[in-house]
Amino acid sequence: MAAAVESTSAVIPPVRRVPDRFRTVTAAVAAVAPVILIVIVAILYQQAAPSIRHFGLGFLTGTEWNPVTDTFGALPAIFGTLSTALLSLVLAVPVGVAVAVVLAEQGQATLRGILGTGIELLAAIPSVVYGIWALYVLAPWSYQHLELPISDRLGFIGWLSQPGARSLFNASLVLAVMILPTLSAISREVIRAVPRGLKENAVALGATWWETTWRVILPSARAGIFGATILALGRALGETIAVTMVIGNRYAIPPSIFSPAYTLASVIANEFNEATGTLYPAALIELGLVLILVTLLVNIVALLLVRSTSREASRAA
Amino acid sequence: MRAVLGAGDTKLKVEQLSFYYGKNQALKDVSFEIPERRITAIIGPSGCGKSTLLRVFNRMYDLIPSARAGGKVLLDGEDVVTTRKLLELRQKVGMVFQRPSPFPMSIRDNVAFAPRLLGWSSSRVKEVVRQSLERAALWDEVNDRLEAPATSLSGGQQQRLAIARCLAVSPEVILMDEPCSALDPVATLKIEDLMAELMRDYTIVIVTHNMQQAARVSDYTAFMLMNPEGRYGELIEFAPTANLFNQPQDQRTEAYITGRFG
Repeated sequence: MAAAVESTSAVIPPVRRVPDRFRTVTAAVAAVAPVILIVIVAILYQQAAPSIRHFGLGFLTGTEWNPVTDTFGALPAIFGTLSTALLSLVLAVPVGVAVAVVLAEQGQATLRGILGTGIELLAAIPSVVYGIWALYVLAPWSYQHLELPISDRLGFIGWLSQPGARSLFNASLVLAVMILPTLSAISREVIRAVPRGLKENAVALGATWWETTWRVILPSARAGIFGATILALGRALGETIAVTMVIGNRYAIPPSIFSPAYTLASVIANEFNEATGTLYPAALIELGLVLILVTLLVNIVALLLVRSTSREASRAA
Repeated sequence: MRAVLGAGDTKLKVEQLSFYYGKNQALKDVSFEIPERRITAIIGPSGCGKSTLLRVFNRMYDLIPSARAGGKVLLDGEDVVTTRKLLELRQKVGMVFQRPSPFPMSIRDNVAFAPRLLGWSSSRVKEVVRQSLERAALWDEVNDRLEAPATSLSGGQQQRLAIARCLAVSPEVILMDEPCSALDPVATLKIEDLMAELMRDYTIVIVTHNMQQAARVSDYTAFMLMNPEGRYGELIEFAPTANLFNQPQDQRTEAYITGRFG
């Protein structure tokens, strides 16, 4: 083995590396993003130090948030952030993928163009406008036509009882609308990229449109749709103002999805102006730190999942 | 080149077939009869409409929104162009494409795809998977790894898998659209041997731009050409393969098979 290596190196002279300025510059620029992330986390950590020292890990499991007694625990906000984000995915993914399937079809190009642009424009609406719309239109409507009927029929299930216009459910609903463009635009491109041959083969084997879509096209596009979902999840986790306006801002783990709740981002936005003393602002900053870590964690887990599914897919496709 | 063992009955009767993509005419007045349990080759230069013609036989053109056909294609007396029983038609008329396109699933599931759509029982599906792979001369190579992803197969194996997938619902006609153009010579030879084998039970129509292949495998050959003025494809000559290659009736056929153009 060693002899083989030696003999090759004897024949082929080692490549002389030219100092590459372009490479150095691009590497430096590329390094900026991770450095910024590390700096932000470090500063947050430093600013949150009083709270971290005072509460320790108990901060993550505490359920009380009381500035008067200086008792701070993040669990209800963590719960609210994760549950609104996940619930919004549950609501938006089926719709987004269905929209993407329709938009990726051939024919009626003008109509599909208008539809597609329309949905992508949803991404251009500022979130505070979504908040106003959710507050005055969506939440009352959802209360009347979704929450009341559902809790009337299924209210015996605890987490579907106690309907109210300001609720975790309505916050998820507005989040779902907000992440829909990301989901459908990316999924559409992924579905369009599925080789045409797969569709033709399925059709030639006597599959209906539905069978072709469900059994061949969507499985082929699975990894990409998953990626779209993660991007959407990132937005849902961090979204602040629209959620704050409809979630009801009650600092407790809600007994029902129709009850008011709170998210990490909403607590920070609502309380930062009034935070005085040392422990209170430190606790709020620690909430920000927790939000970053939760988002990072979710993204890493999701990335690993995408990698494993796309490996599967690339082995299969 | 094989001798024609007496003409079979007509399986597909093409009558005055015209075809349009939007306003562009792609085929004009194509008429000929494809005999049962024989291999019929359609040859011609690129753009002559031979693939379009093939895709009329199983209504694949339905996938293209602006496409429409006029005239008749009778399959056992029933008109393919106007039939509403599309799924039944595609079960009767299978198709093998230029690229094999295995579905993103296991070898077994690929072959079982169409039988499962028809709701066959799992024991029947299992039997059919085996039979189809055997008929496609692939069983011996894959029987120990049916659960492996179909994409792990080589190009030639994938194409035989595509044939097995198409055989699984017992079609009567098999359409092949340049099935060997993406394959190496050895894999091509295997597919050609397989076609000769399958001809006993199936009517095969193959589109190829490889004249040697048409001469080697087919019993009948249709030669098509694009009309230089109308820019639509038309049928120039249809005859038993031996006759078409040895005594072409049309000058254009002769020019093409002797390699003077196309």
